[in-house]
Amino acid sequence: MPGATLAATSETRLRHPARDLVVPGLIFAALALLPLAAALSAEQYLIDLAGRVMIFAVAAVALDLLVGYCGLISFGHAAFIGIGAYAAGILSAQGIGDALVALPAAVIASMLFAWGTGIICLRTRGAYFIMITLAFGQMVYFIATSLALYGGDNGLTIAARDTIAGFALLKSDRAFYYVTLGCLLATYLFSRALVASRFGRVLRGGRENATRMATIGFDVQRFRLIAYVISGGLGGLSGFLLANSTEFVSPAYMSWQRSGELIVMVILGGVGTLDGAIIGSAAYLLSEEWLSGMIENWKVVFGPLLVLVVLFARGGLIGLSSQLWRRFGHA
Amino acid sequence: MTGTLLLVQILNGLQLGVLLFLIAAGLTLVFGVMDFINLAHGVQYMLGAYLAVAFYGLVGNFLAALVLALLAALAFGLLLEFLVFRHLYARDHLDQVIATFGIILFLNHSVRVVWGAAPLTLPVPEYFTGSIVLMNGLLYPVWRLVIIASGLAVAAALYVLVSYTRIGMLVRAGATNARMVSALGVNIERLFMVVFGFGTMLAGFAGIMIAPILSVEPGMGDNILILAFVVIVIGGIGSIRGAFIAALLIGLVDTLGRSFSIDMLRLVMAPSPARMVGPAIASMLIYVLMAVVLYVRPAGLFPAKGR
Repeated sequence: MPGATLAATSETRLRHPARDLVVPGLIFAALALLPLAAALSAEQYLIDLAGRVMIFAVAAVALDLLVGYCGLISFGHAAFIGIGAYAAGILSAQGIGDALVALPAAVIASMLFAWGTGIICLRTRGAYFIMITLAFGQMVYFIATSLALYGGDNGLTIAARDTIAGFALLKSDRAFYYVTLGCLLATYLFSRALVASRFGRVLRGGRENATRMATIGFDVQRFRLIAYVISGGLGGLSGFLLANSTEFVSPAYMSWQRSGELIVMVILGGVGTLDGAIIGSAAYLLSEEWLSGMIENWKVVFGPLLVLVVLFARGGLIGLSSQLWRRFGHA
Repeated sequence: MTGTLLLVQILNGLQLGVLLFLIAAGLTLVFGVMDFINLAHGVQYMLGAYLAVAFYGLVGNFLAALVLALLAALAFGLLLEFLVFRHLYARDHLDQVIATFGIILFLNHSVRVVWGAAPLTLPVPEYFTGSIVLMNGLLYPVWRLVIIASGLAVAAALYVLVSYTRIGMLVRAGATNARMVSALGVNIERLFMVVFGFGTMLAGFAGIMIAPILSVEPGMGDNILILAFVVIVIGGIGSIRGAFIAALLIGLVDTLGRSFSIDMLRLVMAPSPARMVGPAIASMLIYVLMAVVLYVRPAGLFPAKGR
């Protein structure tokens, strides 16, 4: 059962408060210093890659809130990225290319979609939930492909990155990198605070045993809906960043394979450990970069790898590392 | 004129419906009996189409290619079951989703390696080429009628199989309570294998039948898989009858919506916005239908008993 593995992970986490700070500390320090290292080796490529990792990490952390802490496997999370990206793209096409408008619009549009679909999705359980989120994600995908006014299938090119209060502060790639890092840090800290709060404890209680939570007087569904809306809003933030970083939006951002990849990121890192979502998105995107450089159809190799991870490496990379920690760190 | 168009589109909708039924039937059985969510069901449909093209190239006879492709699809499905799926039945849905997602990635890209990324075609078998006149001014391709007929025949056979045979009884019992069936001395692993193999063959059959009218290409199973999910969610997971009714419903709503949404909207708005909004609304219709059904009946229209 997922509960058992997850409970084991969170127990491990509770026993190692130091490690709880060390891992995210290292991650964020490395991300903050990366542009300096990249400047030495003059590699724009590194900044682009790390920027992409951070953008997807925002969405993966958002998804981990649902998968890891609510036990809700959303297979339509790319839709929120897409809605956020399209909000930014459409506003920019209408001449409103300012982050002070576009960012709230992206987040609120995603939250509204999450609220509307969440009411329906959360009426169901388990596999139903997976299939329905998948279907709603596909719905948004098809709507985007039929938006002839905004590029349809071909996507929509954005003239320039959003300004901030009229100033072109995001124009430099490095500035944008640090803005992205700031967004990821804010997302991470917010999510950590959220899961540690009473709200987060109710979510986890509902994951372990929803009936018991209902018996002691919590309306678990309402808590889940709020979590779903929050997670959707963070997905919108990720989409806003993605649109601005690539200066392009396309229905491909919300294809269902994208949603699958987001789940893979969460799993690779380790479910229910927010740092794991960041590590997982780095692991996924780096192995994509590495494998696709070597083999044209790299997914022929990656697919079976995924199967092997599921069959043999439960708990993801964080799970592996805490096994090692237990074995060697506590001698 | 519009009457004939309507009839043609209804037939097209039926054809999509029976195709969806062939895929959804296997999916809902596997889910109902084993509680296993198999995302890789769509690539098995794709594989059926590719195998049909490959065997047709070898033997040059559609019927022989059909039989060979069905057997090969079955063998491959059972191999996957042996290597991967049977280790996942006891796992939670998240593990099943990830592992079968991995298999999708593998197969979608493997066919690209083996057969190339360009779409392939399979000729319509010669007995069934051309069109026939169904009524005055209505020509309809024979092969599409064959698809509808064979889909309905499979549905009828499935109904008899599930309702009146011993294996069907075990399947129904398994869908209600697999552990109890096992406790009563039935080899549940073999039952799982039979059900899984059967589902694989149905998906492969759908792929083979549709290959002559669609281009055979990597990823062709992905969209239809999601439609099949919508079907089984509406019909009620584990219910063949629900899958049948929901598949026809979805096939008709989707096809008719796509053909008539612009005309319908033009009744209430100007032509140019109608042309823009129409396709978007048409592509939403089935999902809205799903949402409405779920809002009223969260377990679908015909939930299997005991769930």
